[in-house]
Amino acid sequence: MTRLPPNLIIGAVLVALVAGTAALSLVWTPHDHTLLNIRGKFAPPSELHWLGTDQLGRDVFSQLMVAARNSVAVALISVCLGGVIGVALGLLASAMGGVVEDVIMRIADIGFAFPALLFAIMLAAVFGPSLMVAIIAIAFINIPVFARVTRASANQIWTREYVYAARAAGMGRVTISRDHVLPNIAAPIIVQATIEFAIAILAEAALSYLGLGAQPPAPSWGRMLSEAQTLMYLAPQLAIYPGLCIVTAVLGFSLLGDGLRDITDPRLVRQR
Amino acid sequence: MSSKLARSGVAIAALALCAALSPTGGWAGTTIVIGLQQEPTSLDPTADATASIDGMLTQNLFESLTTVNEAGEVLPQLAESWTVSEDGLTYTFDLLDGATFHDGTGFDAEDVKFSFDRAMAEDSVNPSKGLFKPIESVTVVDAGTVEIKLKQKDAFFLFNMAQGDVSIVAPESVEANNANPVGTGPFKYDSWTRGDKLVLVKNPDHRDAGSVALERVEFKFISDAAAASAALLAGEIDAFPGFPAPELLPQFEADPRFKVVTGSTEGEVILAMNNAKAPFNDIRVRQAVSHAIDRGEIIDGAMYGQAVPIGSFYPPHGPAYVDLTGTYPHDTAKAKALFEEAGVAGTTMTLRVPPFPYATRSAEIIQAQLAEAGIDAKVENVEWGFWIDEIYKKLNYDMTIIAHTSPNDMGNFARGPKYFYGYDDAGYTDLWNRISAEADDAARNALLAEAQKYLADQAVHGFLFQLPQLGVYKTGVEGFWDSRAVLFQPLAGVSVN
Repeated sequence: MTRLPPNLIIGAVLVALVAGTAALSLVWTPHDHTLLNIRGKFAPPSELHWLGTDQLGRDVFSQLMVAARNSVAVALISVCLGGVIGVALGLLASAMGGVVEDVIMRIADIGFAFPALLFAIMLAAVFGPSLMVAIIAIAFINIPVFARVTRASANQIWTREYVYAARAAGMGRVTISRDHVLPNIAAPIIVQATIEFAIAILAEAALSYLGLGAQPPAPSWGRMLSEAQTLMYLAPQLAIYPGLCIVTAVLGFSLLGDGLRDITDPRLVRQR
Repeated sequence: MSSKLARSGVAIAALALCAALSPTGGWAGTTIVIGLQQEPTSLDPTADATASIDGMLTQNLFESLTTVNEAGEVLPQLAESWTVSEDGLTYTFDLLDGATFHDGTGFDAEDVKFSFDRAMAEDSVNPSKGLFKPIESVTVVDAGTVEIKLKQKDAFFLFNMAQGDVSIVAPESVEANNANPVGTGPFKYDSWTRGDKLVLVKNPDHRDAGSVALERVEFKFISDAAAASAALLAGEIDAFPGFPAPELLPQFEADPRFKVVTGSTEGEVILAMNNAKAPFNDIRVRQAVSHAIDRGEIIDGAMYGQAVPIGSFYPPHGPAYVDLTGTYPHDTAKAKALFEEAGVAGTTMTLRVPPFPYATRSAEIIQAQLAEAGIDAKVENVEWGFWIDEIYKKLNYDMTIIAHTSPNDMGNFARGPKYFYGYDDAGYTDLWNRISAEADDAARNALLAEAQKYLADQAVHGFLFQLPQLGVYKTGVEGFWDSRAVLFQPLAGVSVN
């Protein structure tokens, strides 16, 4: 076994940190993140409030922890949702070929051309802004990504001898897709999912920043950032903390995705 | 008197009028760029309730029979003088001679009659029809004289005649006023780039043109507080009279290029409850909400201490003010008990909030305070258009937060169940009718004090605080009012040095 690439290790550590914090916030935070203490606003970091308090006297550290949970949950749900639909469509396109493949991939192209933000604004106008809107919008942009990756990888598998053998033996397209194609294209899909995770966290932050995602009092890094904007003169740290959290999470998932690709992509492995 | 909520809603927007030095050399000294938070969708103050229209155009582009100064005193405008009959029911206005509209048509008594008839018509869309309610008839005596007969005495009549809803318009141009307004004022319409700015230029034919310092006025629409602050710091804006972010003021106070002025407005900020709808038709629930809210925390947290608490619906700087903030002192235990008694403890209520910083910030704090009292308040941030449609017009809400910026607006509570308060109380309506008809100042103030107590006792709404007028001006900009007794800000006296 070759040595693990450094980006994989760094990425895994950062992701573990974010995911661990998110998980921990389910059972423990230093303070109740919604508890106001207006007389104690803008408190500096102390033993009581590790990162100080915000403009309403809420504990910043607790808020960041709960926001991490929100971010990870939104990313997880939306990427899984988009991934399942996208992979299914990609497999279908690859298995059927011909007109079906053309139609699915052209629809995916249209999906690519559709900005997630516009879609989220449209949803928010219809249903009112909520975390659900953010999840659906992010899931939606993930569908064509996964459909394209799946189809490209699956098309290679369909030309392998063992697939020909399975077809000669009378196996149906669905069975072949499930038993032979999917297991063999799992690696690129997992790599893609990790990278999409980073994009989803960034997208959630952007949507919440614009008020289309998490609604008060649910904390979100994006919303904390937008609330801190007019406080830059009084309390710049309130913008810096959530900013650092977003960087950590996005960087972690990106590096992890890169690292996973490095060890799973046979071409890259051979180069090394 | 009867104020419109709609325009009140735009309180912040109206506040946002200001002036400043232009950065462009060619106009230096005579151009002012005024930052404004909300852009209206129409420019006709006699047809749309948005307060920023009055903020920009009333007494600047349009004029009314009378006007009002910073102290709230009534002064002559298009009416040079007037006489009132013995019984207080007939007003005879002597009109200015030789005033003209910006399109060149002359101003005379027919224009006055036209403007009033249009606003009083059955199908009128005037946003403050209540101002015209006491009027019996408007008669042209001759080209320079108009006689207005009232059905009942109205103590606020001359004050009301100064408002933008009573702007005098011309039949020749009225149809186009929503996009190309034509009035008689010291400034005339130049251009409106939607989403960016509205430009007025000096009217050289105005009777007082010699004393108007500004050649050109640009109203720049910036809704975001951070962007407004950046524009001020970059010198793009000379004045921002309705600055929305109190937390940014220390930064401007510390900067010698700016001066910061804190005044008051007529804007009572209320946590409005839909009195027509369960559970708010139960006075115990309204009292519980009043006990649950802590004004000190709200003012500290949402306004950074820059506001005065109110206990009823009357500005603290007014002559009839009574301090009723102690009627329902902050008492979470009592609120809890009252909620339980009314059988609503643990239920969910929605709090629909318009997009103004004072409202969205207060909402977050009120939500936490109601949670302590055992009520799960769901905050929904909505757009201004949605607010006007769903809440103001259709009464589709539980609670909302809004500032009522119109002066003398206690008559809102006498507007009946169709007004968005859903409040209908014969006792109060009777009291208000007596206030309107009372001509003696001392007697009227006594009645106004009684009305304040009445509303506080009934806990019609959660009364929060008086909206401050926070103005940021470039050094050298003079003539802006520190406080606002009305929605408008005359620019004829503003200068840039």
